[in-house]
Amino acid sequence: MSDGRWSLQKIAGDIPDQNMPLVQVSGLRKLYPLTTGLFQTSRSYIHAVDDINFTIPHGESLGLVGESGSGKTTTGKLLVRLIDPTEGQIHIYTSGGDTEIAHLRGRELKRFRRHVQMIFQDPYESLNPRRTIFDTVAEPLVVQGIGDLAERERRVAELLVWVGLIPPETFMFRYPHELSGGQRQRVAIARALVVNPTFVVADEPTSMLDVSIRTGIMHLMQELAERLGVTYLYITHDLAVARYMSDRLAVMYLGKIVEMGDTEDVLAKPLHPYTRALLSAVPIPDPAYKRGVPDIKGSIAQPINPLPRCRFYDRCPIAAKICADNDHPPLLDKGGGHQAACYLV
Amino acid sequence: MDDYVLRVDDLTMHYTTRAGDVWAVDNVSFALKKGQAMGLVGESGCGKTSIATSLLRLLPDNAVIKGGHIYLNSTDLVALEEEEMRKIRWRRISMVFQAAMNALNPVYKVGDQIIEAMENHGLVTTNETARNDVADLFRLVGLDPKLMEQYPHEYSGGMRQRAVIAMALSCNPDLIIADEPTTALDVIVQDNLLREMMELQHKLHMSMIYISHDIAVIAEVSDRIGVMYAGRLVELASAVEVFHHPLHPYTAGLMSAFPSIIGPKRALKTLPGEPPDLLHPPRGCRFHPRCPYATDICKQEVPVLKDLGNDHYVACYHPMEAN
Repeated sequence: MSDGRWSLQKIAGDIPDQNMPLVQVSGLRKLYPLTTGLFQTSRSYIHAVDDINFTIPHGESLGLVGESGSGKTTTGKLLVRLIDPTEGQIHIYTSGGDTEIAHLRGRELKRFRRHVQMIFQDPYESLNPRRTIFDTVAEPLVVQGIGDLAERERRVAELLVWVGLIPPETFMFRYPHELSGGQRQRVAIARALVVNPTFVVADEPTSMLDVSIRTGIMHLMQELAERLGVTYLYITHDLAVARYMSDRLAVMYLGKIVEMGDTEDVLAKPLHPYTRALLSAVPIPDPAYKRGVPDIKGSIAQPINPLPRCRFYDRCPIAAKICADNDHPPLLDKGGGHQAACYLV
Repeated sequence: MDDYVLRVDDLTMHYTTRAGDVWAVDNVSFALKKGQAMGLVGESGCGKTSIATSLLRLLPDNAVIKGGHIYLNSTDLVALEEEEMRKIRWRRISMVFQAAMNALNPVYKVGDQIIEAMENHGLVTTNETARNDVADLFRLVGLDPKLMEQYPHEYSGGMRQRAVIAMALSCNPDLIIADEPTTALDVIVQDNLLREMMELQHKLHMSMIYISHDIAVIAEVSDRIGVMYAGRLVELASAVEVFHHPLHPYTAGLMSAFPSIIGPKRALKTLPGEPPDLLHPPRGCRFHPRCPYATDICKQEVPVLKDLGNDHYVACYHPMEAN
């Protein structure tokens, strides 16, 4: 692999300033209207993502965890602009400078996709079954108008080697159905990285894979991130996987980030009562270990026209008057960069 | 031998396809005592669900039980006619499926569906007693009996899974097989449901087989664990033995590839390669192409499941303690 042809060189000099943040999100919000009645007028909205703020420094992958319906996938799609935000700003800092992408359209949006890519959960659905591996991996190059056919072939071969589909000639002209689940996810990773992005949103990229295959994909993603200078937003419901894939962790609940900090800090010393309940519900692969019962009431609801109070109020074991009388608490630093959105911690 | 509810002896099951036979279950033997919970773990395609559907004889048309016996108490299920098997299914062995939505009929009220299952086995004397029985079952699994009058789509995922458990319990079976019972659920709901199932199991002294790809879930619910690889049972022992002293290199590999949120963050190890295609399984030990300890004998001879002491069975020529 150290052979010059396949060396790990970037297509262009695309190293952003290390001291700048890579992604800065402020006041980001996505509301989905619930239409009812004769004129399909909306009085209710699902607050899928509701006023979230965070920064991802260059090289510090962020894990985004939460239960289904917490808004983590919506957040991921907003950051690559697969969907349009209702409100808020998303700044991405790349070699081309600072771009506010929340309202980009047309050609500019297309240009921005050169820097930001996405890896999806299900490699059986995210690859077009009628296109060869070459066509699939080369597509972003075609869209971006990078290189001619010979150059694209060389670049795709290089990517296939990086993701461990070796020798690349034997994979280039095969179809997805000829590959295993793990191999398909490698193709999806190659496709995401072929245009040299600086930021990649990975939405549950290993949750469909078996354990013995999963670890290989996790290692591959980490190795490539280091060598290519890619930073991930790693979305997962699996906290144990998040521990390995992210430097920092953000916990979402009903469209809000309720806790954020260094991954090991959050796992070892969770501050928010929701994070504490979530962590204590995670099964431990040791039959001798006895977990406590998660301290939480009721079950998850949908964030439809939420009341102006803490989102976790109904389920919180320590909820007090202050939590009901005030709006949802802001995400504040509780020491050492460990943030929580709670009046009581 | 009498205290065994279930004894599976040398069970072999193939799927016939146009491309040839798929060796889905190959010479699998294990036994389950009354009141015990056994976990079957393995990756997709390792044969764990095929074992479950063989036990219930709910096999697709192209599946053939090639050999072996399945003794439920002392009845060999393999030898039964379909007519007799129908009396055993649900009444003596029932199953909780992964996709609870598909296990419930969307056009009938949930309570009526459970009553119907009981009716089919002659367990209903009057409608009123049956309704009372189902109400009791609902309370047992933590559902409000009022929900009997509702349809499956009005239930949440966790509630549906509870209803399916109530249905599995309705005929008071000797054995319940739970195939990935919580896989589609969020962790907090999963935790709640697994606690409920374990409590029921102890209270009713039920025998259970849990099937999952998630070794952490299996660790928490099982007394004994069987590890499957490529259609074969490669290791069988108490849960603590399997986790603390894995003997098969595959089991050891799985353990070191599985992340945990507690304890020091240790490096996860990768198992090289992928599980084999069961149309053309490798000769000898099916794990040998991925095994770091494989020698010539592993490529030629099939290792048999042997007790290495402590009621710990492994099918390997080079078990871990020796490596």
